Amino acid sequence: MNDMANSPTTAASNPPVQPTEAYFDARDVVRISATRNVPQPDRQLEKLAKLIDVSKCIGCKACQSACVEWNDTHPAVGENVGVYENPHDLTPDMFTLMRFAEWENPATNDLEWLIRKDGCMHCEDPGCLKACPAPGAIVQYSNGIVDFIKDNCIGCGYCVTGCPFDIPRISQTDHKSYKCTLCSDRVAVGQGPACAKACPTQAIVFGTKADMQAHAETRIEDLKSRGYENAGLYDPAGVGGTHVMYVLHHADKPGIYNDLPENPRISPVVEGWKGVTKTAGLAAIGLAAVGATLHGLLARGNEVEEHDIESADKLVKGQDPDEGGHV
Amino acid sequence: MAPRPHYSEPGDRLESVQPVEVSRYRGFTRANHWVTAFSLIALALSGLALFDPALYFLTGLFGGGQMTRWIHPIIGVVLFFSFALMFIQLWRLNMPKPEDTTWVANIGDVVKGREENLPELGKYNAGQKFVFWAMTGLIIVLIVSGVMIWQQVAGHLVSVPARRIAVLVHALAAVAIILVFIMHVYAAIWTRGTLRAMTRGTVTGGWAWRHHRKWLREIASRDNKGPAE
Repeated sequence: MNDMANSPTTAASNPPVQPTEAYFDARDVVRISATRNVPQPDRQLEKLAKLIDVSKCIGCKACQSACVEWNDTHPAVGENVGVYENPHDLTPDMFTLMRFAEWENPATNDLEWLIRKDGCMHCEDPGCLKACPAPGAIVQYSNGIVDFIKDNCIGCGYCVTGCPFDIPRISQTDHKSYKCTLCSDRVAVGQGPACAKACPTQAIVFGTKADMQAHAETRIEDLKSRGYENAGLYDPAGVGGTHVMYVLHHADKPGIYNDLPENPRISPVVEGWKGVTKTAGLAAIGLAAVGATLHGLLARGNEVEEHDIESADKLVKGQDPDEGGHV
Repeated sequence: MAPRPHYSEPGDRLESVQPVEVSRYRGFTRANHWVTAFSLIALALSGLALFDPALYFLTGLFGGGQMTRWIHPIIGVVLFFSFALMFIQLWRLNMPKPEDTTWVANIGDVVKGREENLPELGKYNAGQKFVFWAMTGLIIVLIVSGVMIWQQVAGHLVSVPARRIAVLVHALAAVAIILVFIMHVYAAIWTRGTLRAMTRGTVTGGWAWRHHRKWLREIASRDNKGPAE
């Protein structure tokens, strides 16, 4: 007999030996791309979050390896161009990437090595989902996970346009969009994400969002006691908060961590495109089409009259068509 | 060499005198027009399918979402070149003329079909010229913004902020061109006797006299010169 898995509260524990049933599935979807009036589930799952403590990261890339292994992706062997990032950017085969920044702190003159694990932030208000034209290609579960359902993806790249963090990547092989799933398949059976499981310094931890916020508080307090007075939590309100959060030692300057946006939100251009342009545009087209059809059916057309024909006749015979009567 | 005519193409001529029929578009131009027209219809349907979820079912016409995403920009390129070819043939007589101002000023008489109050016109009236130049401008906007959001071709070349603007501009221009298209079809049907210009290639003398008298006069004077020349 299979037991039902529980919502995971940590990535550290080992899985049970016996098989377990998923504790959440399609019934827990709260948002579906290109779908209006999604029926809301009758239960609300506990909100989950991954917390990435940048100050504890040693840049070992174990998270990247674990991600590749668990998701069975096969990134191409890269080329060393003298930087630490490997590969050079997120790809359809690399859902997470350690980005390295060398930053000279003007207050201390110290060189600081800032390493940020980049990847999907699992926004509470996901721009990718808002932009997506394919019904069911992007879903959000009530625990906060934003997942791409690749069977429904059409490879148009609108999610790239919608994302405030420049995360989704479209495969040139199967023309589908890829990004971090927050290991939704592991979470469903009570496990934490592969990256968090693999992290040797526990810079990546996983659990309920409330637990992660509380844990972040202790980390921020510790960092402040060590002189990082601007240490803080990155959980940007512009996208409704995220389900991947950072502890930053310089939370007042997220931009120094390889251009982490200071106040990310869905671009007003995208909102305007998916909002008023769509509504007003379709209304205008509909009105014009219906109006033209009705008017075409009901109104009298502009007919050629007998005197037009006679005049043309005279003209081509070399007579003066403007002269009245028969000649 | 004869000077270029002012109100007609050199190839426009009297097809027959009894009854009067005037050739307006040769076969090549008509084929060119219909390739452009069907491309525009296919683009509108596939584009609308990806514009609003309520119209996503239109992807079924093209073999599903992936196929729609793949074929839409290809048809766009076909339309661009097809229209460019048409542009070369039609632009000269679509240049504005003084009588266009009078025609627009009397738009009320146009709508009521009281053409006796309107100036005599060459091959195109101001409305037709508007459709021509609106199509030209919008197609340029659509091809540029469309290539910018063509994931397969330009996905890695265009920055995300630029793509956002391109996708919005593309949507706005698409709405505009569909409105122009509706206007074009409506006018062609409302003005009875027009459609045959793009099917058989000819119009009746009465139609030409009523709607494009300067055009007819020029053709008639040319063709009436007889063999003496």
